[in-house]
Amino acid sequence: MATQSNTNNAIEVEHLVKRYATAKVNAVDDISFVVKRGEIFGLLGPNGAGKTTTIGVLTTSVVPSSGTVRIMDIDVAADPMGVKQRMAVVPQQSNLDRSLRAREILTFHAMYHGVPKAEREARADELLKELGLGERGKDVVRRYSGGMAQRLMLARSLMHSPDVLVLDEPTNSLDPQSRLFLWDRIRSLNAQGVTILLTTHDMDEADQLCERIAIMDHGRVLVLDTPTELKKTVPGGTRLELRVRMPERVAVERGSDGQPKSYILNALREMTDATSVEEVPVKDEGAEHGVTLYRLFAADANELVLGATQAIGRMGAELRDLRVVKPSLEDVFIHLTGRNLR
Amino acid sequence: MSTTTPVQATSVTPPTSQVKRREGRTAIAATAFFAILQRDIAVTGRDFIAFLLQVLLQPLFFLFIFGTVLPAIGIARQGFGALLLPGIVALTVVTTAIQGVALPLVLDLGFAREIDDRLLAPLPVSLVALEKVIFAAMRGLVAGAVIFPLAYLILGSEFQVRADGIGVIVVVMVLAAFAGASLGMTIGTLVRPEQIGLMFALILTPLLFTGCVQYPWGTLGVLKWFQIVTLFNPLTYASEGLRYAMVPHFHGHVLPTLWLGWVFLGLSATIVIFFAIGLQTFRRRVVN
Repeated sequence: MATQSNTNNAIEVEHLVKRYATAKVNAVDDISFVVKRGEIFGLLGPNGAGKTTTIGVLTTSVVPSSGTVRIMDIDVAADPMGVKQRMAVVPQQSNLDRSLRAREILTFHAMYHGVPKAEREARADELLKELGLGERGKDVVRRYSGGMAQRLMLARSLMHSPDVLVLDEPTNSLDPQSRLFLWDRIRSLNAQGVTILLTTHDMDEADQLCERIAIMDHGRVLVLDTPTELKKTVPGGTRLELRVRMPERVAVERGSDGQPKSYILNALREMTDATSVEEVPVKDEGAEHGVTLYRLFAADANELVLGATQAIGRMGAELRDLRVVKPSLEDVFIHLTGRNLR
Repeated sequence: MSTTTPVQATSVTPPTSQVKRREGRTAIAATAFFAILQRDIAVTGRDFIAFLLQVLLQPLFFLFIFGTVLPAIGIARQGFGALLLPGIVALTVVTTAIQGVALPLVLDLGFAREIDDRLLAPLPVSLVALEKVIFAAMRGLVAGAVIFPLAYLILGSEFQVRADGIGVIVVVMVLAAFAGASLGMTIGTLVRPEQIGLMFALILTPLLFTGCVQYPWGTLGVLKWFQIVTLFNPLTYASEGLRYAMVPHFHGHVLPTLWLGWVFLGLSATIVIFFAIGLQTFRRRVVN
């Protein structure tokens, strides 16, 4: 506590290493990152990447082998109690106290944290109502569905007004309604100044919610940046997709079978700055008869549009549609961590 | 900092700056400690009848069969009930305390993880363990105390208890309760959920029969090896301590029991050793 630096950081991880007693390799292998106050930060990675261990250290249930972690300028190893006051965690699996009723889970949690009686009673009612559990406060939680349990755990975590909220795969196995609801809640909490660290396997979720993302694998942080910047790192960058139809006339003039199509392929290669061009056959039936898909890769595929349309026009082919496709976070993730199963 | 527009006009939680952070770590930890204790009291209080049935049925049947039925049909001597009662009280206190910690802990650490919320409360995790021990000891004491009036109903004229030993009775019961709870802490942190059945067979059954519950230690002279075996059972010290304080003198004849000094030493050693072990294993189970 003596060395309070009062930075603007909510979470500081410096050279964190964790090796479990029985393990041969480090579960977390010298990682460093900073989460700023008021940020939504995503921690992604395949199973076994070290996310859960990292969260364990942040939430005081795992003791680091070396390195330091500070939450709101408090060292987790030196002052776990201080960290517990300022941090809350919503775990992957329900750890709700099944001996208690839903509302009691909230009030007892607040009691553990020294929230005065009048305040905790009011907050419990307020949170139950806002998380759509207002009618279910007296229920025993055994009867709760997965989505309700998740919402109750979120309510519980907010009872002591944490500065930092850790969400470990919060929307895993939730129905789309619950997921959207939770996203709204996460955003509105963040708007009120709560710093949020979340792990997820849902790339769409990470992309939509997180201001910055760290992708971990084998205990290390591979990259750390905003979703937009991360997507730029995928080789080939963006791509232009064109669906082109060859009129019969052109096909006849140019010869039969796939032959005329490769003229277009060559033209696209010559008349654009694409780093590579692919030809993908399309199912040849109905309205799609004679249609071929071309993929042109470039750092900025928008710049390819003019050249590509001219090339197609000059070849006498018909452009059915075109679109510029940006790499998704999933492309980034797979590019970095590979396709192998863990 | 947020790039997203605030979707909700309603607030989920008041701004964090409003939270009252009490001064003083000791006060914060004490608040959390008593809140956790209050949680346990509330939960047990809600199912108090079920709790009593669970912990009292077995000892009361023991008392009825061995203290009333057997003497009545002439298989056991008259007056056996008076010798048995202290053992039954000791048994109830110790096993209730053991189970009060061990059973919930095995399930909690195994898969339920209901204890997580308490481990994340602002107090050292060793205090969470201490609370479990204290509360289980309280349960053991309540169960042991309830035995007395029920024994009076079951034993009738066989219910004979010295009135002048009440101080020793209380001290021995408190020590026995903490000894049982400490044992429970060690057991609960070492046993896995799939081994619960084994735990009853390998730990509780031998405990029940080698703890001088059904026989005074002094009469075991003819089975010297067994007399020595019983000294390794903490329940022996509890039974003998209570026997010393409860069994009335017949015609000026004092029942020989284990010396009271050994009783206190045996129970205290059990508390110190098993609480220390239990605390270590508890910490290892909850903090990696």
